[in-house]
Amino acid sequence: MFYRETGQFKTSYGADQQIFPIRQDRIGVGLVLAVAFLVVPALAGEYWFNAILTPFLIFALAALGLNILTGYAGQLSLGSAAFMAVGAYAAYNFQLRVEGIPILVSFICAGLTAAGVGILFGLPSLRIKGFYLAVATLAAQFFIVWCLTKFPWLSNNSSSGVISTPTVKILGYVFDGARDKYLLVLAIVSVMALMAKNMVRSKTGRSWMAVRDMDVAAEVIGIPLLRTKLLAFAVSSFYCGVAGALYAFCYLGSVEPDGFSLDLSFHILFMIIIGGVGSILGSFLGAAFILLLPILLDVLLPELSSLLHLQLQGSTVSHIQTMVFGALIMFFLVVEPHGLARLWQIAKEKLRLWPFPH
Amino acid sequence: MFNRSRKIALMAALVAGAFASVPAQAAEEEFFMIPSYRVGPYGANGNAFYGGFVDYLNYVNMKGGINGVTATWEECETEYNNAKGIECYERMKSKARTSAGPIHTMSTGISYALIDKTAADHLPLAMMGYGRTDAVDGSVFPYAFPLVTTYQMQASAIVKFIAGKEALKGKKIVFLYHDSAYGKEPIVALKAEASLNKFTLVEIPVAHPGNEQGAQWQRIRQEKPDWVIFWGWGVMNQTALKTAQKMGFPRDHMIGSWWAGSEEDVIPAGDAAKGYMSATWNVSGKNVPLIADIEKTVYGAGKGNVQDKGKLGTILYNRGVSAAVLSVEAVRRAQEKYGKGKAMNGEQVRWGLENLKLDDARIKALGATGLLPAVMTSCANHEGSGKVKIQQWDGSKWVLVSDWIEGNKALIHPLFQASAAQYAKEKGITPRDCSKEK
Amino acid sequence: MQFFFEVLIGGLLSGIMYSLVALGFVLIFKASGVFNFAQGAMVYLAALSVVGCMEKGAPIWLAVILAFLVMVVFGVLTERIVLRRMVNQSPISLFMATIGLAFFVQGAAPLLWGNQPRGLDIGLVDEPIPYILDTFGIVVSRFDLAAAGIAAALVLVLALFFQYTRVGRALRAVADDHQAAMSIGIPLQHIWVMVWGVAGFVALVAGMLWGARNGVQFALTFAALKALPVLILGGFTSVPGAIVGGLIIGASEKLAEIYLPPLMQGVLEGNFGGIEGWFPYVLALVFLLVRPEGLFGEKHIDRV
Repeated sequence: MFYRETGQFKTSYGADQQIFPIRQDRIGVGLVLAVAFLVVPALAGEYWFNAILTPFLIFALAALGLNILTGYAGQLSLGSAAFMAVGAYAAYNFQLRVEGIPILVSFICAGLTAAGVGILFGLPSLRIKGFYLAVATLAAQFFIVWCLTKFPWLSNNSSSGVISTPTVKILGYVFDGARDKYLLVLAIVSVMALMAKNMVRSKTGRSWMAVRDMDVAAEVIGIPLLRTKLLAFAVSSFYCGVAGALYAFCYLGSVEPDGFSLDLSFHILFMIIIGGVGSILGSFLGAAFILLLPILLDVLLPELSSLLHLQLQGSTVSHIQTMVFGALIMFFLVVEPHGLARLWQIAKEKLRLWPFPH
Repeated sequence: MFNRSRKIALMAALVAGAFASVPAQAAEEEFFMIPSYRVGPYGANGNAFYGGFVDYLNYVNMKGGINGVTATWEECETEYNNAKGIECYERMKSKARTSAGPIHTMSTGISYALIDKTAADHLPLAMMGYGRTDAVDGSVFPYAFPLVTTYQMQASAIVKFIAGKEALKGKKIVFLYHDSAYGKEPIVALKAEASLNKFTLVEIPVAHPGNEQGAQWQRIRQEKPDWVIFWGWGVMNQTALKTAQKMGFPRDHMIGSWWAGSEEDVIPAGDAAKGYMSATWNVSGKNVPLIADIEKTVYGAGKGNVQDKGKLGTILYNRGVSAAVLSVEAVRRAQEKYGKGKAMNGEQVRWGLENLKLDDARIKALGATGLLPAVMTSCANHEGSGKVKIQQWDGSKWVLVSDWIEGNKALIHPLFQASAAQYAKEKGITPRDCSKEK
Repeated sequence: MQFFFEVLIGGLLSGIMYSLVALGFVLIFKASGVFNFAQGAMVYLAALSVVGCMEKGAPIWLAVILAFLVMVVFGVLTERIVLRRMVNQSPISLFMATIGLAFFVQGAAPLLWGNQPRGLDIGLVDEPIPYILDTFGIVVSRFDLAAAGIAAALVLVLALFFQYTRVGRALRAVADDHQAAMSIGIPLQHIWVMVWGVAGFVALVAGMLWGARNGVQFALTFAALKALPVLILGGFTSVPGAIVGGLIIGASEKLAEIYLPPLMQGVLEGNFGGIEGWFPYVLALVFLLVRPEGLFGEKHIDRV
């Protein structure tokens, strides 16, 4: 009843090919964007911007990048954090060494640098498949972080390898406050998410999916394997690279190579698996889940224990948090192995008929 | 735990309500934000440190507060992870508007990420023996305090200790370090010391997490150094001790940093740790009157923060107490200027930290003689001491083998100023004029 | 030359320690196609259970038995509560479930036994063997040698178990094809419990040796990181692969750590130590380019 596409006729190819062909989707996306751009900045406080919304958007972007590679092109990657690191350090160096470069240009250059590195580490994907391919990206993970530690030039000869980013300034406007940074990140992420949505339904996206489902079959029907896979690596790394640059410039403000550890890569992988492999929406849902759940537990558990009059010692609460986090991941996977995006899909199907049974 | 702190706050409020004669004073509260970590690879270390920290705050409250001001606090688990640390900081920040004690993250990475934020929010950030070391130069970093001593000063003090045992000229020293910001900081200082004292320095990095050091120690065996200076953290410490034993390197020629010198580091290594030395800026043991009194007062009342009472008197526990002592003293010092019996905000506590006068007499009055060195800070010197002691593990406890040793300030402090100046230039900060600060 | 051999032997012996952890991965992957990320956490749980029981006053043999029981119970519960409900899901979902399991164990194990790092004395002193040191001038650790012996015995036992017992044959059948195995009446669930039990036993052995070597603490979970390249090099499904892969990785990473940085220093300025972190992965990568299914992995044939 609420999500019915019948009656929506297309009279031109243009109308048929738009990103969201269904009216409800268009309204929905428009509403979400309006809320994100207009309502949220008016309501949210500094804590929400700095600690939740901005990192959520940045991680969602990184997850989106990984989802393109793993979810759409079927190439498992455990090196997303390293590509983020490339982006962060590249953006820093472009700002530092190119006189007067606009910050957005340096973000794009950072993405392109990451894409270049991604292609390099994607080369083995033609020969290696599945979990074995993870090794290529693991090599990237450890090698890149090592390089950033070992070549002081990359961190402007800082003795500790830590870089502190300059202030973000676009056309003379300084993005200083938490709200400004949020809006900047939001704008970049929305544009890139729409681009991704568009890309995955284009010829490129379809060849990625063909390769994912069976690369030999894809090759037989004339999809150039090497080019398709490398393109996936390039686009994915570009997204991760931009996310890394935003992570350094708009979120942490100072980063060290060790911050981009395997742990972070895994966290991004969790996001897409929990959110839904092969779904743009899933990247966002997964990022929200993985990011917010520990915070929620951190806030709720002490409250709960004081409600139940349990005298919990210092480390006990922390350990229980870790346990509950793990248990909830398992629970969600048992209930819905295809991720949160699948739940949304089911909800849409229900809404098509609801409240009428037929 | 913050349910407990909340209860204390509630009790304080009730007391204030019941006895109208002391109205405003007892209701004053000083908020301490505690971004702690008690799980994960370094959880055991964090548990002891923050246990000591919270115990001392409880102790101060039971003894009448900070000049009548009750200490309150909230903990947030960072898991030693930078992003989580920021989230914790942002979450607790709103509670630190009107009163804010120094923030201790016990993580170099989180401290780095918080330096700009704390400066913007006017909150004092304490980094006791970790973090950004060039913040010693308070003219560029008004809100960051690498209190007591830094990696560089410590490395220099260790060299001085070795020089006291034998002439350094022509000797060979290996620096074995965790390949991260933490391990790399002292290299500058050691290089300067090497050229000054004419010894050969060999740097050998260990990749994180450092649970496998066969190759590094084989190289050390080949190099045949006279001493090994060792900058490890977590599992890297036990592995180094065990591997040294495996390679037959004498442990009494290994000197670790203070993050490589706690009971948590040596007990798991068993006999391999016997004779191993480390630097420390606080001593272990329960024979310090303050620690004994905390055990009696706080644990006697069943308000202790650590489950395992065996932790009391360990290096990290005592370090947590020392950190809390310095924090509370900073608040007291600020109260001397801005009003006794009042809660101090971040700006005021910052002044307190910058003008600490924790001399021997004051330390004695606190019952903390011998626990930590005298700390006197100023705008130009946020470090305040630069002294460490060397301790040796005898198989069951740490034994002090030196008195307070001060690093070579004339050699090291100019390095900080140069580094801070570069930071100021990069960030476009105009340094304060320290001669005008009071 | 003497030094070269010392490094080589030290590397081979370290490699065996990696193999021990890799074995646990192989067993579970072979029988259920699950890439068990929680293996590192299981090593931690097992070692912690041993020291925990010993602290409560149990002698070491009893502590080992109790810890083994803990691992069996853990395996049964995992199968009952999680894996049974996820039959026929994609490998990546199963992989993720084991990550959730890893988190759970990392929280539960220290809650049960405390997170204090502890030593574990299994009666082996980690010192150079004097005879070899005197005759050849090479340091060979007594402990590592003994660990290698234990690993060899373990592999032998496992090989015999797989080859000659009824359960072992069933395991191999399940590994080949779940559905075919089920259709000839092999109870899949029992087999999985069995495999998790055996993997728990391997984790116990690995945990005790690693724990005695570096102390029993959270960082034991990092041992899994060392096992990943071994696994990839040796193939996910091969027990001998895990051993040979471990030997290759161990030896080559130690040799690289000793001999490569000076070479690089000659070309570029700086200190290039610490390449151990990535070298095994790059090595495995180069190796895979030549043989994509790993050393002993099964060759996969794609049919359209």
